[in-house]
Amino acid sequence: MFNAENLKVKLAGLDLRNPTILASGILGITSKSLEEVAHAGAGAVTTKSVGLKPREGYTNPTVIQLECGLLNALGLPNPGIHKFSEEMRELSNLEVPLILSVYGYSAKEYGAVAKVGEESGVDAVELNLSCPHVRGVGAEIGQNPEKIKEIVREVKAQVKVPVFAKLSPNVSDIVCLAEAAVSCGVDGITAINTVRAMVIDVETARPVLSNKIGGLSGGAVKPVAVRCVYEIFEAVKVPIIGCGGIRTWKDAVEFMLAGASAIQVGSAIAFEDLAVFKSITDGIRKYLEKKNIKSVNEIVGMAHRR
Amino acid sequence: MSGWHIDANQIRTTSIQKVVTETDSVKTIYFRDTLCASAKPGQFVMVWIPSVDEIPLSISSVNGILVSVTVKEVGEATRTLNRMKEGELIGVRGPFGNYFRILGKTALLVGGGVGTAPLMLLASKLVEEKVKTVVAEGAKTRSELLFINQLAKLQNKNSFKAIFTTDDGSYGTKGLVTDVAEKLLSTEHFDIIYACGNEAMTTKIFKLAEKYETPMQASLERFMYCAIGICGSCVIGKYRVCRDGPVFNQVQLKEVEDELGKIRLNQKGEKVRV
Repeated sequence: MFNAENLKVKLAGLDLRNPTILASGILGITSKSLEEVAHAGAGAVTTKSVGLKPREGYTNPTVIQLECGLLNALGLPNPGIHKFSEEMRELSNLEVPLILSVYGYSAKEYGAVAKVGEESGVDAVELNLSCPHVRGVGAEIGQNPEKIKEIVREVKAQVKVPVFAKLSPNVSDIVCLAEAAVSCGVDGITAINTVRAMVIDVETARPVLSNKIGGLSGGAVKPVAVRCVYEIFEAVKVPIIGCGGIRTWKDAVEFMLAGASAIQVGSAIAFEDLAVFKSITDGIRKYLEKKNIKSVNEIVGMAHRR
Repeated sequence: MSGWHIDANQIRTTSIQKVVTETDSVKTIYFRDTLCASAKPGQFVMVWIPSVDEIPLSISSVNGILVSVTVKEVGEATRTLNRMKEGELIGVRGPFGNYFRILGKTALLVGGGVGTAPLMLLASKLVEEKVKTVVAEGAKTRSELLFINQLAKLQNKNSFKAIFTTDDGSYGTKGLVTDVAEKLLSTEHFDIIYACGNEAMTTKIFKLAEKYETPMQASLERFMYCAIGICGSCVIGKYRVCRDGPVFNQVQLKEVEDELGKIRLNQKGEKVRV
């Protein structure tokens, strides 16, 4: 059961039947694949990051598997918000909230894309402020608190739906980025995006990714992500969506104890397929029962008790 | 099933063992890889051409740990791969996806051009399993027909037949392979049809399978990035070609009928004509 009463989460005004969310960048490029993820039990789904104009991804290899996780540099392939709005309109009867992931080269672009998204019926917007492998939209924007403020301000002026800021861990202090976003009215923080990383093949002596540098996800980044969520929770009042290497219910509970109100699942789909949503929610439910806790909301931030 | 492709997905560097010229634009490239050697007919492998690209290719043969892919030049990646020589390094990951299921005692295999490649591995399996098999292969002209010799070799075995068609009549029957398939289906009973070729051909065979109420499995092709079911670049309807496919049965093909032969996603994720 992925919709038991004790799993329900209120997230910045969104009603989630359970705390699991499809992470951005995974599968969400057509309405039908987003529907499939919802049918599989996710509490909400996030689209691939969409920009103002269509964008081709990088040449392959774009996704490589390592012993500790996945390394990707897809390059934000997307059909552009105007074409993509047709897909979103087809999701008007989706059983769970739909979150549009937005990227842009300027605050104005973020705002314009978010606005079309809202008009097409999305329930929330997540700002991709942290793509580690596309010039001009990733590091440059995501590492600068002033840029983040400008973007959040612009998007909040354009849309009424909740706005989440997805932050990069590739900074010396993620907390000041979260504080910057919150100071301009962001409704929630998603932490974290992938960690900048690289792999070189020793036989051919070449970087494997065509973009050479990509973002690491999966098990390897989990402790980094848990630390980020824990630190952000101490500093801000808005809800946090935890993301980074979540594959089992235990991982999910760990993030929630650190302070996440909900969690996102991405790379784990490669290993567990879509059944991962059900197995995580089943596990959380059993954990709550074992601990005699009435609602999943009660465990959020529990690790901060003194 | 969980985690089954974790080993198979890690990229392995291997050297090209042999290159066989099939036609002017098609070569078969042999390499050694233990994991790929466990591939079932219809599964595919991602081949990395260092510094150029990485592309999905069907496995066309397995002999011990010697594995082959059959490659038609259609762009930079395939052109570079087809110019590589014995001893040069490629990377492989896989095998990926599902595979052709062997059902019944009589099978019709319909291949269009390089789409015949995965059917070769299937054909040898069917012969092994003593399934009465007819392979119909179509191409534009004689010089583009593949595997004539290998199919002739199988022909020596009992209950195996190969039929060739060319659009210009330069070899075998003149006309389309789908017309030959229809003639066969209208006169003989087959327990199952297997198809791999361009999507117009597959769509036509799908219609024939419906008309003659014969089960069918077809291998589909889409542009793909990850090959492990997460990036969404290869979706058709609700299915991911890399993970739910590449082989689909006619119930699934019916479900994606509004896209089959009509719509695919390009590298931007835009829906475009197939």
